[in-house]
Amino acid sequence: MRITQGTFSFLPDFSDAEIRAQVEYCLKNTWAVSVEFTDDPHPRNTYWEMWGMPMFDMKDAAGIMHEINQCRKAYPNHYVRVNGFDSTRGWETVRLSFIVNRPKHEPGFHVLRQEGPGRSIRYTLHSYATEKPEGERYK
Amino acid sequence: MNPDPGIPQNLPDDTPVDLEGAFRDSRIQEVLDQLDRELIGLKPVKTCIREIAALLLVDRLRKGLGLTSGAPSLHMSFTGNSGTGKTTVAMRMAEILHRLGYVRKGHLVAVTRDDLVGQYIGHTAPKTKEVLKKAMGGVLFIDEAYYLYRAENERDYGQETIEILLQVMENQREDLVVILAGYKDRMEEFFRSNPGMSSRIAHHLDFPDYSPQELLSIAKLMLERQQYHFSAQAEKAFQDYILRRMQMPHFANARSMRNALGRARLRQANRLFARNPAKLTKKDLVTIEAEDILASRVFEEGMPDEKAGAKQGAAKLGNL
Repeated sequence: MRITQGTFSFLPDFSDAEIRAQVEYCLKNTWAVSVEFTDDPHPRNTYWEMWGMPMFDMKDAAGIMHEINQCRKAYPNHYVRVNGFDSTRGWETVRLSFIVNRPKHEPGFHVLRQEGPGRSIRYTLHSYATEKPEGERYK
Repeated sequence: MNPDPGIPQNLPDDTPVDLEGAFRDSRIQEVLDQLDRELIGLKPVKTCIREIAALLLVDRLRKGLGLTSGAPSLHMSFTGNSGTGKTTVAMRMAEILHRLGYVRKGHLVAVTRDDLVGQYIGHTAPKTKEVLKKAMGGVLFIDEAYYLYRAENERDYGQETIEILLQVMENQREDLVVILAGYKDRMEEFFRSNPGMSSRIAHHLDFPDYSPQELLSIAKLMLERQQYHFSAQAEKAFQDYILRRMQMPHFANARSMRNALGRARLRQANRLFARNPAKLTKKDLVTIEAEDILASRVFEEGMPDEKAGAKQGAAKLGNL
């Protein structure tokens, strides 16, 4: 099941040129671009592992593309995303976040039902991938 | 890879080429003229810039005809004494290469050893890479590059920086241009001990020292930019000053001129206070007189003055 998280996630995967164009757009808006990765696809998994520091003061996408490619090379079977962080006052938040790499096979989720007090039922999501420990998923 | 559909393939040999048109469109002449106007002397440097501009323009035309030639290597080394304009030219170079479409952004990142080399093991590589990433799309200017290599200490982290630099200079030629700068003799020694570096640098530019006449022109240009000018006597006095100053130690070409002018302005301000301030006109404010220059210690004691002017000025203001 294809994970849809962040911007552009219902579009086909971006080519390198398209990723580069998005990064250039971030730089044009003076956003700091960062690269992050994870192997836990749960939608509430907000804080991914950082691939190095967020990159401030960059003028050109070449350096960022280099980092993205390094991360994809090191974690070819992880989710990798690119964030554009806007530090201007009033925003101070991530303005753009999109996935640039995903595992070849995404097993998806199943619904867990839990009997609550009375006859109520609580629902939650469980990812098949997370049945294995971290680092061993998506082999 | 498939050939770009926009680029024609296999054109006949007699396809006409509009070199002049391309030259006009790139507005290179503007930059070169500006260079001629604002940088005095430096003949060999200007010639080299012209050559590079021509090469890049021809390359662009060739690309238009579907001829591939690969990006030329444009890493440079600037050697010359202090104050001969190395940094200034590097700044211009970034702009020129940007106009010629060789670098994408045309910014200059100026660094020295401190910005590249780390303090402890494992610190150097991330630091150097950080700087390289920031310089991508522009020009990386490494001032006094020979400090990167310390022959006496083989465990110096500078070596690591050099290795990373070499790798990027070779593999990411289209992403950034590296300019190394420093004194001639020490740079030559640096290249001798790092032959890999020397061979990856296509252009070795030597900045000659300025002649007294050129130094005067530079000084006048600087004054003009600060909206001052010499009186006729002051110009003569300054000529004399240049000749004397050139014989003295720590002479730094254009930088010495800038400092001398700074002190002359200080003395001028002082003189204006000493005279009747009520009768000042605009002319007084913009004119440097001979006495502002002749008060220099270069004339009195035969040595470069560093703080003499500042002390006098402070004393005078204290009396008010």
